Amino acid sequence: MDHTPPSQTAIRVRGLRRTFRTRRAEVEAVAGIDLDVRRAEVFGFLGPNGAGKTTTLRMLATLLPPTAGEATVAGCDLRRQPQRVRERIGYVGQAGGLDHGVSGRAELVFQGRLYGLSSRAARARAGELLAAFELEGVADRTAQTYSGGQRRRLDIALGLVHRPELLFLDEPTTGLDPQSRARMWDEVRRLRDGGTTVFLTTHYLEEADALCNRLAIIDHGRIVCEGTPDELKRAVAGDVITLGVQGDPAVALSLLSSRAFLRDHDPVAPDSQSLRVYVDRGETAMPAIFRVLDQAGVVLETVSMSRPSLDDVFLRQTGRRLREEAA
Amino acid sequence: MKLLRETWIVFERYFGKSLSSLPYMGVSLAQPVLYLVLFAPLLKSVAAVPGFPGGGAYNVFVPGLLVQLGLFSATSGGWGLIAEVKAGVIERLRVTPASRAALLLGRTLRDIAMLLLQASLIVVAAVPFGLTLRLPGVLLAFVLMALIALLMASVSHAAALLLRDENTFGAIVFSATLPLLLLSGVLLPMSLAPVWLQDVSAFNPLLYAVDAQRSLFANQVANATVLKGFVAIGSLALLSLVAAARAFGRAAA
Repeated sequence: MDHTPPSQTAIRVRGLRRTFRTRRAEVEAVAGIDLDVRRAEVFGFLGPNGAGKTTTLRMLATLLPPTAGEATVAGCDLRRQPQRVRERIGYVGQAGGLDHGVSGRAELVFQGRLYGLSSRAARARAGELLAAFELEGVADRTAQTYSGGQRRRLDIALGLVHRPELLFLDEPTTGLDPQSRARMWDEVRRLRDGGTTVFLTTHYLEEADALCNRLAIIDHGRIVCEGTPDELKRAVAGDVITLGVQGDPAVALSLLSSRAFLRDHDPVAPDSQSLRVYVDRGETAMPAIFRVLDQAGVVLETVSMSRPSLDDVFLRQTGRRLREEAA
Repeated sequence: MKLLRETWIVFERYFGKSLSSLPYMGVSLAQPVLYLVLFAPLLKSVAAVPGFPGGGAYNVFVPGLLVQLGLFSATSGGWGLIAEVKAGVIERLRVTPASRAALLLGRTLRDIAMLLLQASLIVVAAVPFGLTLRLPGVLLAFVLMALIALLMASVSHAAALLLRDENTFGAIVFSATLPLLLLSGVLLPMSLAPVWLQDVSAFNPLLYAVDAQRSLFANQVANATVLKGFVAIGSLALLSLVAAARAFGRAAA
């Protein structure tokens, strides 16, 4: 394997599109996206189910030909050098890809040999990975006896057999219990600290927040915003004030619209009971809000102030909450 | 070279899995052995009927049984493939630099090897009942058997990749195998059938396979029957392998 000169970019995507033909119409799963992922960072793709996360990932992993657009993945051109891309990337799909009738060790050795390792080297590498992912105790049992966390760790070990510089993880923690999820986060951080670029998709806000150096929010096949979690949150507001009002929140919504104390956009009502007001400084905005509502005779039932979350970022960009869809 | 190496690696992996799965082995062997023990004795008296080919009841019955085994094996290849597509195994393998052709060929070779293994067991088990084995007929019979296995595995893989669903796949395979089986002369020679049925069965490639196998088990090697069997099965096997490879190369799931 030759080594391309190291560049700062692990993935560079321009105008990537994918449409699917169904019986009735043409569906645009990914509607032309641009993306830059830096080396040795954890980059997250956050969005609801059906947003185009998996389709994008599968295109970048050479599994699905793009309808249009350009991409450079791990230094190689996606269209012209798919074979070289495959040598440099690891991919762990949503389904995982374990054969439940085969032992973890046998499958790791097999995977290694498909990447060109000799029988002996593949066995040695399997041993290393089994130790690193604490699977030695179950290594020779068939995968059907594994716990959910063990299966997921084996999935990832399989994706790392050839020491890829870039690892794609499609919803790596979906369906895991909190303990296994925390464990998976540690593994991902350890990979990044070792210089591996990790590109993952998730629909968990907490995961995107805790794990990703940078992230892009994708909705209906389009990237709606991109940045570090802090940048994205700061862009929405300094503070978020959540108000519970009696009656229709639409009244309060229109009263509070276009006020000077707002950051730069109107409040939103994510549900029928509350509204969220995005301001620069909560301490100074709150008295003003109370005054406005009081004068109009709107009865406030609850009020709370918080730092903006990625949920607010998503809500602001799409008008919907991610949390409800993810449930 | 790369293709051969990878095909071997894939074959080893799948063959090893099949061998280590004892219940699977047991089930796949039980049926033909049951046929041998429960059905073949009936043939002793049928063999005396006018029109029944000569050469002894078992030398007529076992070749048919082998073709039937090949036909039923068509289910297993596609079944496993659908399960692996759904579990993401195929996707995982397609992200490796391994050639897609090798990924398919390796598992096809496993299907062929399993069928030849089962066929050998049946042949050996039938010897005490009165099956006679003569060279080179038996060897050629196994070569033809391998071609039948290649045909069935490829048809099965192509259908599986097209349908992507166990239920549809099962329904189609089962409804296709029954007429193929009845019109192949596996159970009773088509020479006993009325003319119209013989005419219909002339469109069934398996008929030629069965006729060729019977001829080979009678150690009549150089004749038109054997040639027809090899040409019919061989050409279809090649076509279906190409179809399966194309479907596998395209498979985007």
